[in-house]
Amino acid sequence: MSSDAYGNKGSRARGVTRRRFVRSAALVVGGSALLAACGDNTVAPASSTTAASGTTATTAAAGGTATTAAAAASSGGPITLSHWYHQYGEDGTQQAALKYAADYTKANPNVTIKVEWIPGDYDSKLNAALLTPEGPDIYEGHLTNSMVQAGQVAPLDDLFTDDIKKDFDKVALARNTVDGKIYGVQMINDPQLFYYRKSLLDKAGLKPPTTMDELINASKALNSGKVKGLYMGNDGGIGLMAGNLVYAAGAKFLDDNNKPAFNTDAVAAAWAQGKTLASSNTLLVGAPTDWWDPSAFDQNLAAMTWNGLWAMPTITKTFADDFGVFPFPAAGPSGKPVIYSGGWAEFVNPKSKNVQAAKDYVNWLWLKSADKQQDWSLSYGFHIPPRISTANGAAALKSGNAATVVDLTNKYGYGDLTIWNAAMGTALTDAFTNVVQKNADPKAELAAATTKVQAELDKVLKK
Amino acid sequence: MASSKIVPASPKITSDADLNAKGRRKRQLQTTLAFWGFVGPMMLGLIIFAYVPIIWGLILSFFDARNTITPTKFVGVDNYASIIGDDQFRNSIVTILIFALFIVPITVFFSLWLAVMVNTVRYARAFFRSVFFLPTACSYVVASLVWRITLFNGLPYGFANNLIYFFGLDPIIWIGTANPPYYWVVLVTVRLWLQVGFYMILYLAGLQDIPKELYEAAYVDGARPGWATFRRITFPLLRNTTIAVLLLNLIAAFQAFDEFYNILGAKSGLALLARPPLVYLYNIAFTNQNYGAGAAGGFILVSIIIVITLVQGKLLGFGRSENQ
Repeated sequence: MSSDAYGNKGSRARGVTRRRFVRSAALVVGGSALLAACGDNTVAPASSTTAASGTTATTAAAGGTATTAAAAASSGGPITLSHWYHQYGEDGTQQAALKYAADYTKANPNVTIKVEWIPGDYDSKLNAALLTPEGPDIYEGHLTNSMVQAGQVAPLDDLFTDDIKKDFDKVALARNTVDGKIYGVQMINDPQLFYYRKSLLDKAGLKPPTTMDELINASKALNSGKVKGLYMGNDGGIGLMAGNLVYAAGAKFLDDNNKPAFNTDAVAAAWAQGKTLASSNTLLVGAPTDWWDPSAFDQNLAAMTWNGLWAMPTITKTFADDFGVFPFPAAGPSGKPVIYSGGWAEFVNPKSKNVQAAKDYVNWLWLKSADKQQDWSLSYGFHIPPRISTANGAAALKSGNAATVVDLTNKYGYGDLTIWNAAMGTALTDAFTNVVQKNADPKAELAAATTKVQAELDKVLKK
Repeated sequence: MASSKIVPASPKITSDADLNAKGRRKRQLQTTLAFWGFVGPMMLGLIIFAYVPIIWGLILSFFDARNTITPTKFVGVDNYASIIGDDQFRNSIVTILIFALFIVPITVFFSLWLAVMVNTVRYARAFFRSVFFLPTACSYVVASLVWRITLFNGLPYGFANNLIYFFGLDPIIWIGTANPPYYWVVLVTVRLWLQVGFYMILYLAGLQDIPKELYEAAYVDGARPGWATFRRITFPLLRNTTIAVLLLNLIAAFQAFDEFYNILGAKSGLALLARPPLVYLYNIAFTNQNYGAGAAGGFILVSIIIVITLVQGKLLGFGRSENQ
């Protein structure tokens, strides 16, 4: 073997390779920078379409049906809109979503709705998709100020005529408004509260708890070997209690000037009660599914459970009328019962190539089609339709436990704040976890959480 | 050597200098083409999916980037300061150190023990080797769900609770209480089960490299098979394998995410019990959408891993030859 010749060739080949490597690497890096630049550019034309479409939209909203508006907006050939849903747990929901999409295409043949049903960590997948130009055209989610600042939501004020505004749940409307502009159409309101087994409470000689102390006592009294007293999720109720106890103690996350308002003596006392409940050894922890799935309650693993209104049909099927509901009880003398009212809202992505068509579809599905809103709210799980007229027309919410939930929600309901983001939520939950799991002092933890929330507020609000 | 495999040496070298140069150029071109044919696609993937994101991340870490991955406002080292200043980040480092303290020695012990056992077994060798290696092919997510929902759920009918009931003990809430912290049992066993087979294979390879003559010589000198030969011959000669296993294991432990995320969650009240750096950073970047701070945290974590690996390599003498 002529090792010399090979050695020579090898070294020369390597020399060439290195040079070429650097050159091609530079090419690729440059190319991707170009790509990224293109990515930035797409934002600008998209927002200009938003502005342009804003003018046409007024005529559409005032003028005729959504059909004509869509046709007007899409005179240039067929349009495909991608519509993201998180994975709803109830049977039939996905089929319903697909059916609405098909119905829309039937009425507007040039618009195809591509329904994307996203299982797992929906928020993270959505957030990642919204960073790209290829994000969904229409998506459900929860509005935050940061989404508005980042240009991830298109204003929908033109869809909300005065008549619609009057006929829309005030809390839901406020929940989707930032700086006076409406960005989302609330699809469903989802109040969360306690469910209890009537027969088990009667047997223990108890009434539905109205204070935290009564809740702790009830959980202890109902706890019997195989059936635990209460189920509030596999984290021992920490995630649910941290926030609800703030409101149940008569405080709130932020005051009207967006300053932290949860560091009060009443909240500290309420958190201490929460710790007592969490460490009473009467909570079910380690169930196969988490609290939002009623399986654990249905399988009689706990006598009381936290859940949403959505679970009521399943629970009714299992226990018929052997169950009742009560709000999160008052904590301390200044406290009051509360019901957290969550839910989902629909948004239009301003980066979409067809903002107007997307708005028309949202208008048609969530503001115009009362039959579809009723179907979505009541045929699978139970939800309260945010349109007052639609909710009033819902027979299923007129009697029994469902009617009780609607009444309680009207009386005690509170919703999310758009300024309150995930980082602030984590700070609060972490603080309460320290109280429960690490015996930390509630006052000190609340003070620490206040500092963190304030720091986050400073960053979010300075923009 | 590698190039001789790609391009066979031409059988005869002509005396004509011109022809010779032409032939060499052709060969050279072939070699270059072959090189890029094999390396090019991988290099391209590496550049697009590894180097560009790394550089992009480094740039982003000095900018304020919320709900966007476009660097918007230069903030200097603010992101780094806010991550280092957060006690939850420092706690996450403590968490991962505790985790490594458990998982690394246990994995080394069991993988070595399994390798020695499998190596001495005389029948069904292939079966034993593959049966212990098989879990390596299982996904962390699947294993975590099996561990959480089936083996270690908190109900009396869970597998682990059935097992302890057999010994007359009350059911235990495995995942969900800080005192006692049973969740470590769940987190450590799932990773042990998943990775022990892989390190066993490394040890098996090491074991088969040890010359038989050494043992024979030892027996002639009166050593008994078993502990004495293991301590004096087998273990010392596996030094390089052990160092590699330690290093790989520690790096893997620092990058733990899947089992923590799937067993304790990222956002629930349980997450705080044991939140490793990657789950902490995942929350910052993908839940809070603060990509600048997330990127900064990533670089801090990488620096920590590099420092620890270098120190460990130095202490253990990684790369030193046997007779040094």
